[in-house]
Amino acid sequence: MTAQAANSTNDSILAGLMRRCNITNLAIDRNAEKLIMVNAVVSVVFLALGGIMAMLIALTRWEMVHLLSADWYYRVTGAHGAAMLIFWILFFEVAGLIFSITVILNRRLLMPKVWWIAFGTMLVSALALIIIMLSGEATVMFTAYPPLEATSWFYLFFITFAVGALIAVISFFIELVNARYRGQVGSLPLFTFAMLAAAVLALWTLVSGAAALIPTYLWSIGLIGHIDAGVYRLLFWGFGHGAQQINLVAMVGVWYVLAALTVGARPVNEGVSRFAFLLIILFIHMGAIHHILVDPGFSQLSRAINTSYFIYGATIGSMIHALSIPAAVEMAQRRKGFGQGIFTWLKKAPWKEPGFSSLVLSFWLFGVMGGISGVIMGTVQINMIQHNTLIVPAHFHMTVVSGTTLAFMGLSYYLIPLIFRRDNVFPGMAKLQPYVFAIGMTIWGLGTGFAGHAGMSRRHWDSTFGDMPLATDIFQSAQIDISLVGLGLGALIAGVGGAMYIVNAVATVFLGKKTDTPHLPGIDKDALTPADISAREAAREGHGHHRGFEFPGTLILVFAFLVLFMILYATSWFELSTISWTIE
Amino acid sequence: MVETSSPLVAPPPNWWKPAGREEKLWIGIAAVWAVSMFVMMVIIWPAIGGQQNQIHSYRVDPSEFQAYTTAFIEEHQTGELEGVPVVSPPPDTDIFLQASQFQWTPVLELQRGETYRIMMSSIDVQHGFSLQPDNVNFQVLPDFITGLEMTPNETGEYTIVCNEFCGLGHHLMVGQIIVVD
Repeated sequence: MTAQAANSTNDSILAGLMRRCNITNLAIDRNAEKLIMVNAVVSVVFLALGGIMAMLIALTRWEMVHLLSADWYYRVTGAHGAAMLIFWILFFEVAGLIFSITVILNRRLLMPKVWWIAFGTMLVSALALIIIMLSGEATVMFTAYPPLEATSWFYLFFITFAVGALIAVISFFIELVNARYRGQVGSLPLFTFAMLAAAVLALWTLVSGAAALIPTYLWSIGLIGHIDAGVYRLLFWGFGHGAQQINLVAMVGVWYVLAALTVGARPVNEGVSRFAFLLIILFIHMGAIHHILVDPGFSQLSRAINTSYFIYGATIGSMIHALSIPAAVEMAQRRKGFGQGIFTWLKKAPWKEPGFSSLVLSFWLFGVMGGISGVIMGTVQINMIQHNTLIVPAHFHMTVVSGTTLAFMGLSYYLIPLIFRRDNVFPGMAKLQPYVFAIGMTIWGLGTGFAGHAGMSRRHWDSTFGDMPLATDIFQSAQIDISLVGLGLGALIAGVGGAMYIVNAVATVFLGKKTDTPHLPGIDKDALTPADISAREAAREGHGHHRGFEFPGTLILVFAFLVLFMILYATSWFELSTISWTIE
Repeated sequence: MVETSSPLVAPPPNWWKPAGREEKLWIGIAAVWAVSMFVMMVIIWPAIGGQQNQIHSYRVDPSEFQAYTTAFIEEHQTGELEGVPVVSPPPDTDIFLQASQFQWTPVLELQRGETYRIMMSSIDVQHGFSLQPDNVNFQVLPDFITGLEMTPNETGEYTIVCNEFCGLGHHLMVGQIIVVD
């Protein structure tokens, strides 16, 4: 920050437009603060709502309980998808965008009113969509594939929500350009860089969503006679899959932050980490093709090339983060004196700090269960034995729920006390919460994955088929029953973990002790201090002289990950080969 | 000694430094693995695998497809199973399998070891062809034919589940393929 910018910050604090945080010493714009608060609160409300619906769905799929009627099961499944995949995540990400462009850049929002318009548009649309979906007027699932038709209000509010989000994303770019222009920032902090990557992906994603949904809206009010089901799927997944890449990138940014806050980790190499984000920006768009691997319309070769040649560029980006995040943790721990042996750094890590346990569990579940299953599923031939089975939700819950959601939960254990200036009400529960949630999600993921592996469909109310014509009992076996127990019990345990998070968050926001110095003993205050340049230069002088590996423990972990990846990949091909039909 | 800045702090202008040797090693291995997966999918499996994903796609009008299916059933029907016509077509004919809310028409009786050209389409909304217990899944859309060349290698009864949500009766939509010697 230039001296001039620092002066203007001080002036703003004197004028009451900003406040100085006593813990982090950051100057916080009051407008930005309010916007972060409302976006965060709304996101948590949608998480709670989506979580309740998740319990209802799981208790229906668990055939032993089979709670909801068919009509309500389908309504709730659609609304759950919208509440979780879009509303919880996007409101939290808008809070993240504002945080990354104001608080950590020590600057004020240029156009708070526009951000309020974005928030208001998103909120009204989101509430309307949930009401419409639960009313039974739009039982078309989150994907809304035409020609299955919903009330035209559904498409309209879907579009207005996207417009609201688009306003936020464009505002982010304008704020960023403004910050550069005023000399408030040079190279971006890595977290802001990650949010910039998320915003770039969001731009493409939202445009793609508009291209899918605007014609569908016009069709629903009779202005267009026909919607091409295949083209809609391609465009919709440019939105649907792209939206998950926004989550991925935001989550990786949060991982770096959690590592910095809890163990004082620094990226091993700024350039490598930024390059990995760039790879994801450049290549992930082809992810849309993942969803149409068994659709008519494209040749096998074009589907294979799109899903592999380009996507694997993004896979390499993710694998770079898979190395650089644990490596950063390991190096930070070794600097602190936990340098003995291979894994002492990991043993001596702050496992009771919710930010650290969230980081590790989210990282582990995302990478191992979500990442590997995703790459395998995205193989054009293997997709034939996985498409639309329960393996699909098993995969994306490992990425979006166990990965993104858990990482966001971890961050909010710091963000909520710092922004709302209140003490966490249940610090003891916060220590346990990430473990309960992660254990539940693991059991749920394994149960759901194995049920899908046995062929059970996603979004299917009754897999016992009752007395209907041509009924079958193929899904009544011991393997399926055990898998469904995992699905049901895992969901309940994760539900308890989710409730623990929400109770703590809500209690902290409304009942926590008001304080200017929230009690956050686990936080590394240097995480917000600029690096000492002389130390940097000294280190640079010495760079390249070390012998042996800087992070041997991490190398062993990532190689173990790669071996597991290879085994599961090979197993999937073997399973494909055991199908009794020849398919050409 | 800390060389890089916290992710929450802007790095100094001269932050760039070359990647370390461990990072280069890992990026290299990740790239080799990515290329290997590409080669497996695009070159090796297409050459050796018995389960390809070569969908033959055609455009078709739903009413036209329904007419094909009706003619196909009339020509080859051999019986009826729980209200659904059963057809036993010879291997060299095109097989039409029609998806609609909420049934698969007709029931197919196929011969083991023979290769069939199966043409699937929907006459209303999107559906999913999920052949169980082998667990083979394809998307079925209106206006498109999903065309597959399939050879059953084992006798038995196979169930077709709809695995794309197609309306409130989605879970009622079950079809059947019977493979005989």
